[in-house]
Amino acid sequence: MGIELDFPAVLQRWPAFVGGAVLTLELAFFATVLGAVFGTLAAVGRGAHSALIAGACKAYVEAIRNTPLLVQIFLVYFGLASVGLKLSAFTVAVAALTINVGAYTAEIMRAGFEAIPRGQIEAAEGLALSRPQIYWHIILLPAVERVYPALTSQFVLLMLASSVCSQISAEELTAVANYIQSDTYRAFETYIIVAVLYIILSLVMRAGFWGLGLFLFPRRRRLGTPL
Amino acid sequence: MGGHLNINHLIFLGHGALWTIGLSLIALVGGGITGFAIALARISPLKSVRIASGAYVQLIQGTPLLVILFLGYFGLAAIGLNVSPLAAAGISLTLYVAAYLGEIWRGCIQSVPKPQWEAAEGLALSKVQRMTKVILPQAVRIATPPTVGFMVQIIKNTSLASVVGFVELMRSGQIVNNSLFEPFAVYAIIAVVYFALCYPLSLLSQKLERRMGRGMTNLTLA
Repeated sequence: MGIELDFPAVLQRWPAFVGGAVLTLELAFFATVLGAVFGTLAAVGRGAHSALIAGACKAYVEAIRNTPLLVQIFLVYFGLASVGLKLSAFTVAVAALTINVGAYTAEIMRAGFEAIPRGQIEAAEGLALSRPQIYWHIILLPAVERVYPALTSQFVLLMLASSVCSQISAEELTAVANYIQSDTYRAFETYIIVAVLYIILSLVMRAGFWGLGLFLFPRRRRLGTPL
Repeated sequence: MGGHLNINHLIFLGHGALWTIGLSLIALVGGGITGFAIALARISPLKSVRIASGAYVQLIQGTPLLVILFLGYFGLAAIGLNVSPLAAAGISLTLYVAAYLGEIWRGCIQSVPKPQWEAAEGLALSKVQRMTKVILPQAVRIATPPTVGFMVQIIKNTSLASVVGFVELMRSGQIVNNSLFEPFAVYAIIAVVYFALCYPLSLLSQKLERRMGRGMTNLTLA
């Protein structure tokens, strides 16, 4: 059995690979930012006094965490189309990924909120801090600081999961690979290259989050240990 | 337009759901056996074994499952190895699950308190005895909740096998949709079936975690 590998033949398509990688990063970036906000709101909502809001947030988190992303993407894609909204594949992909990562973020943030000692909130009330001040300085920021590692690995997983968006023809890295392999008939080489690119992207993201963590949480660096 | 959803469609979806369960079991057993070897290799006294298994975990965890599946199906076919969709999906999922379970279980083995390792050594148990009689029984207890939780991930991830043409729940939904042209309704049904498969496992995992939390406090109090 003759196996001939010809990586140069595939590598000469490098501009397409780079374009796909950039789009993957864009997808990951928008979904991370929007998902972080959305998920934090859902985590706050789960602790709401209103049973309706708390129940709705719990239902959202459980529904997303117990169904595959692929099904969610199709539901968003065809759901938006059936109500007459014609959006680009990129927008639909960002929306679906945001909804997806929001649920995971909510679970992580909830753990962060629960880890805040009651006494700190009472102390802040005793010092006459306003409600928004307490939420921001006493609850949100320390909670994020605590769960930062879990959040960042979730966002790296999100970047990898964005490969599923190739199924609704968003032109990200995996979709580019599918196109190139059907054009060059060199599937093995193509997917090896794409796998390497994904590994590089995840390393870049990890390094970025690590640097951002040093910048955002100097206390963590000074203490040398997680809180 | 296509017809209406009828009993035959539902039976077809039921078959797909069975294959989803079957593929999940293949991935769990295959990935479990390989993952156990990975977990042991990750804490091996040999540096080269530790590095090799660590590199494997990093490679798999840095690659999307979808790309691994494409590599296993189209990639192997392109270099002359023709594999069936079931084999491609089974092998890819096994490799993927092994990396994650290996990493989970390594953490569980290492979280058995250090004095337990030392006491076993002090009792002159051999390395194999220490592992099988002292460390692993305790590690299994710690590992059960996260492993049950990861089974949810496995079930969800088998949906990706649909893209290489393996007819599990997702693919059977796509086929049904091709005759009905009612994507939203069909995929909503699919989502409900996945939820019905995954949610009990999620609940079980949470319950086990709480129960173990209680057991742990009892241990420290006593």
